[in-house]
Amino acid sequence: MRHFEMDKLQARGGSVGKSKHHESAIKQVCGKANYVDDFAEPAGCLHGYPVLAPVAAGFITSIDTKEAESLKGVVRIFSAKDVPGKIDIGPVFPGDILLTDHEIEYFHQPVLFVVADSYDTARKAARLVKINCEETEAVLDIHEAIEKQNWVRPPHSLQRGDADSAIKSAKHQISGELSVGGQEHFYLEGQVAMTQLNEDGGIFVQSSSQHPTEVQHLVAKILKKPFNFVTVEMRRMGGGFGGKETQAAPWACLAALATYHLESPVKVRLARADDFRLTGKRHPFYNHYTAGFDENGLIEGVHIEVNGNCGYSPDLSDAIVDRAMFHADNAYYYPAAKIVGNRCKLNTVSHTAFRGFGGPQGMIMAELIMDDVAAKLGQDPLTIRKANLYRPGRDVTPYHQKVEQHVLAGMIETLEKDAQYWERKEAIKAFNKTSPFVKKGLAMTPVKFGISFTVQHLNQAGALIHIYSDGSIHLNHGGTEMGQGLNTKVAQIVAHAFGVDFETVGVTATRTDKVPNTSPTAASSGTDLNGMAALNAANTIKDRLIEFVASHFEVEAESVEFNDNKIIHAKGEMSFAELAELAYMKRISLSSTGYYATPKIHYDRAKAEGRPFFYYSHGVALSEVEIDILTGENTVTRADILHDVGNSLNPALDIGQIEGAFIQGMGWLTTEELQWKDSGELASSGPATYKIPAIGDTPTEFNVSLFDSANPETSVFRSKAVGEPPFMLGFSVWSAIRNAISSLADYKYAPDLNTPATPETVLNAVVATKQWAADNLGANEDTQDEGVSHV
Amino acid sequence: MIKFLLNDTVTEVQSSSPSLTILEWLRTTTGKKGTKEGCATGDCGACTLLIGEEITNNKGETHWHYKTLNSCLMLLGNAHGKHIITVEAVALTKYPELGDLHPVQRAMVECHGSQCGFCTPGIIMSLLALYINNETYPGKTAAIHALGGNLCRCTGYNPILKAAEKAFEYDRAEEPWSAMAIKFKESLLSEPQENALPYLEDNQRKFYLPQTVSQLVELTATYPEASIVAGGTDFAIELSQHLLKPEVVISVSQTSELTQFSEKDGQFEIGAAVPYCDFVDALCTTYPESKELFERLGSTQVRNSGTLGGSLGNASPIGDPAPLLIALNATMDLQSVKGTRTIKVEDFFTGYRQTVLAADEVIAKISIPKRSESLKLACHKVSKRFEDDISTVCLILAVEHANNVITSARFALGGMAAIPARAPKMEAQLIGGRLDTKTFMKAGAVVEKDFSPMSDVRASANYRLITTQNLMQRIGYEFSQAIPVNNITTPSARISHASL
Repeated sequence: MRHFEMDKLQARGGSVGKSKHHESAIKQVCGKANYVDDFAEPAGCLHGYPVLAPVAAGFITSIDTKEAESLKGVVRIFSAKDVPGKIDIGPVFPGDILLTDHEIEYFHQPVLFVVADSYDTARKAARLVKINCEETEAVLDIHEAIEKQNWVRPPHSLQRGDADSAIKSAKHQISGELSVGGQEHFYLEGQVAMTQLNEDGGIFVQSSSQHPTEVQHLVAKILKKPFNFVTVEMRRMGGGFGGKETQAAPWACLAALATYHLESPVKVRLARADDFRLTGKRHPFYNHYTAGFDENGLIEGVHIEVNGNCGYSPDLSDAIVDRAMFHADNAYYYPAAKIVGNRCKLNTVSHTAFRGFGGPQGMIMAELIMDDVAAKLGQDPLTIRKANLYRPGRDVTPYHQKVEQHVLAGMIETLEKDAQYWERKEAIKAFNKTSPFVKKGLAMTPVKFGISFTVQHLNQAGALIHIYSDGSIHLNHGGTEMGQGLNTKVAQIVAHAFGVDFETVGVTATRTDKVPNTSPTAASSGTDLNGMAALNAANTIKDRLIEFVASHFEVEAESVEFNDNKIIHAKGEMSFAELAELAYMKRISLSSTGYYATPKIHYDRAKAEGRPFFYYSHGVALSEVEIDILTGENTVTRADILHDVGNSLNPALDIGQIEGAFIQGMGWLTTEELQWKDSGELASSGPATYKIPAIGDTPTEFNVSLFDSANPETSVFRSKAVGEPPFMLGFSVWSAIRNAISSLADYKYAPDLNTPATPETVLNAVVATKQWAADNLGANEDTQDEGVSHV
Repeated sequence: MIKFLLNDTVTEVQSSSPSLTILEWLRTTTGKKGTKEGCATGDCGACTLLIGEEITNNKGETHWHYKTLNSCLMLLGNAHGKHIITVEAVALTKYPELGDLHPVQRAMVECHGSQCGFCTPGIIMSLLALYINNETYPGKTAAIHALGGNLCRCTGYNPILKAAEKAFEYDRAEEPWSAMAIKFKESLLSEPQENALPYLEDNQRKFYLPQTVSQLVELTATYPEASIVAGGTDFAIELSQHLLKPEVVISVSQTSELTQFSEKDGQFEIGAAVPYCDFVDALCTTYPESKELFERLGSTQVRNSGTLGGSLGNASPIGDPAPLLIALNATMDLQSVKGTRTIKVEDFFTGYRQTVLAADEVIAKISIPKRSESLKLACHKVSKRFEDDISTVCLILAVEHANNVITSARFALGGMAAIPARAPKMEAQLIGGRLDTKTFMKAGAVVEKDFSPMSDVRASANYRLITTQNLMQRIGYEFSQAIPVNNITTPSARISHASL
């Protein structure tokens, strides 16, 4: 199907561009929006729970299930031997083992699967299984993995020009390193799946998954059945964030395995601590760079190495580290660049997709470099950032895609003025001179984020529309609803196409038997892909209806309009419902599929050249923070954001995505700290020890505006993807904290600040900065807080 | 048997596991699945519901008061005599449209306060409590306090804060529930009281809800191995995370003598089972310095059920109340069939999660002596996140002085040792010193003589030591007023930022 355009003003009374509330909002506030665990359990439903490995690396020598089996209510304990088909459920490359019967590669890796008559009994029994192992040495430190070249996939590099000689010949050189923390998704609804036999002996799966098609495929493969043996349904998730792209599949597979053998419905639901332990997280990274720049801070060459901690298996890590590399420039032009990406294998759970998909861990290097260059030259960081932005003539990325849309300079200028960057900067400097313990910081950071799956074949989507003979519309598409408002936006698009009220369109659960071979709802692409597929389906039916109206009423096809719930033609008008009824009576098909594939994109990985991205989304954030130099506690007091969503399909939902992403990015960079024990066991295994932002962390003043500009590419109604890009606006918080600390050295020193910037990390940076100031600025510097000591 | 009101339905339960939580009961027995399980440890608030109880004021008038609780932390047996309201009962029509919703629901829809919707039922309940307990919008600070225990991973909270305000802009909704509760109470009173001791039973396992202290101590004498529970905010986590299956649970939450609170001549007597929400305001009037400590203790839901007896009885090294009580030289009464003994709170802890409490003893009450005229009190809590987080370091310093010379010092810290502990070396440095910054910094310098803390998931040992030392400097500034206190605002004052 062709990629085609539609003017949003073409239909009157349409709903595109309006702030419709989320299609499930009323159900949600009444407690009537059902998630997988809320559906009535079929009679005889059993409950399954995995048995977990007690070491991070080793080999199983023996397993004792006697005590577990003797527990009343235990039905059966499954092992790898019970899997009739493939045991490896790796989504792209092999390596993810459903149940291991030999080698253990991470602490708490699933070994067996207990099925019992209740959730409590299954959990209890799983803990009674004794697994004896011969322990081997685990790799738990990324530096050790780098040293040993312990990779899950081979390294890859991007190269443009001769970076090393550009750096060498530049007036100034600088280098730095950064450890970037991972992140737990903490979707509020944990992993869950329920399976049962369908009426023909196949398997029906309800799974909280961003990728029902992959769940379908993997269930079929472990059972050695064709794909049509399995149907997966997904109405809504209680949050996904990438954590249910591949990580939802194991639980659905285990439940299906038990249903297959026991011919009973089976549910698997992970308790929160086990959800933390057993599912992958955002990759922690260790990165370093060397850069050369001139006296104005203009970058001449960079060499950046990013090392992703992938955990024990490839999962999606190849594409994730690629995206980190693709975004190591963020919004800045590097005349010469070498960007190397390593995929490190460690004995932890396999890290996975998380909003930004590696992009944030690469992009932070660009912001680190800008702040470091500014400190080195004694310039304001914003001046350096502006100077280095992509602009016409300086517009080719390290992967040789030309940047064609240049809006960031204007966006920065707008925010600079509206949020009074320079006035506030001066006020903060004055405040910091007299405030003994609290220091303020301010930073503005831009985001340029590439939109498209970098795996080309995923950039396709399908949709299915039926118009019933009363004019009500049934909409189904291959995307999944996880709170982002995808169903709302796609329904708005379809309502708009038919010129009917939003309420006319009903969206139903995503099902693999309605729209086949779908891509995950990921890469911010949900609306771009499924919205366009739905629009194509709508237009197919609309074309039929126009043709019918033209011949039935003997009018010109051009005169037929769909507006205000009516069909208007040269000789009269009728309601949309009347037309549906009439078309049915005259035997016109009122149902159609729609299909879409993103144009223009290509990437030659061997050459590391191409156009992996259809377009870029942009944003700018300005954050003001306060830190306490006695304790390292920190808080964001104000944030101002200007973000580019193209022509907004739904401003309220888009702003909701931007606000939520900013806070999630802020949490990643400040309070959310993953910690593993020396044994390799996850120490921060629940919300008591892993702290996502709470309501008081929302900045006191929080202003979000949409940048008014259409997508130059022909996306659906010229809108832009919004899920991931604003996550990286959170960098402004991290950069502002560095700015506050560097006030202790008269802004001449940019301290190392690994993420997350917890109170302890900030306090360490404060100590280091004061030390630098003492060594380099002399004793006559005004340091009123000289008494602050450290042990 | 226990009996309570669930929404508009009188509910009786006799046979049930003694360790069943309201959340599990709602989701597995009643089919009410609107209340969600996000974490089952009281950290996320997705399972928040309202609990109503009859309150008698000092004039003897009664009314029904509703407050939020985490249903994952509340044992079913503790519901006896109460009114539980779940999210299903908030809208009064079956298939509501926008206009049929309760104002808090409508505001959440109109402000786009739900995205994935999984935390939403809990947020609705917290907003509902805010709404029915305030005639008009009580301000952003109150809204943040009401919602501090409700995590949302999607919205970034901005639309939820807006909804909290907007709910008060519509026509005021009548509160229909207390009328139901009054009827329920009348029906209870009209029944013969054959069951003076409410209980639950499941095969051999039992739950008892003694109404008097004599019933209580007899039960603890009979079942010395029983688990004693008050609000359940810690105990229920043992159940859900460690899968404990206690044979006998004795709840003190309705033992009348343990639920009394009094303030007489500046002296506080706090029953071990009085939830924080019922005494903190009065305590903070006398000790305003401790306000932040209590505002940041758990969440509203936790403070609505958690108790001093529970916190001390658990003997956690990081519970916030113990350092305060030690610094204020509080005592506690321990009671059994043999009688009552009074000990100092600081003598209660003997080791990591170990106390002097005998198997048949219960904590009956905590007494705080009258505040001395010259007392200067500093309370500092440092944690990764401001709200609903466990202290990395909790530091309470109480000094008395005469003519600006320190005459006594009681310095108690949490998070620095296996038990909440005093700092004798640092105290010794303070006593006799002048009330100036130098004295406090000198005391801070010997922190390592008192403590060798652990490194753990919250922070390193080194961070705990530096922070303690640095906070002594801050206290020096505060106490000596070397600079005006409002010039040393802390970022942890973000709640007050929010109210600006």
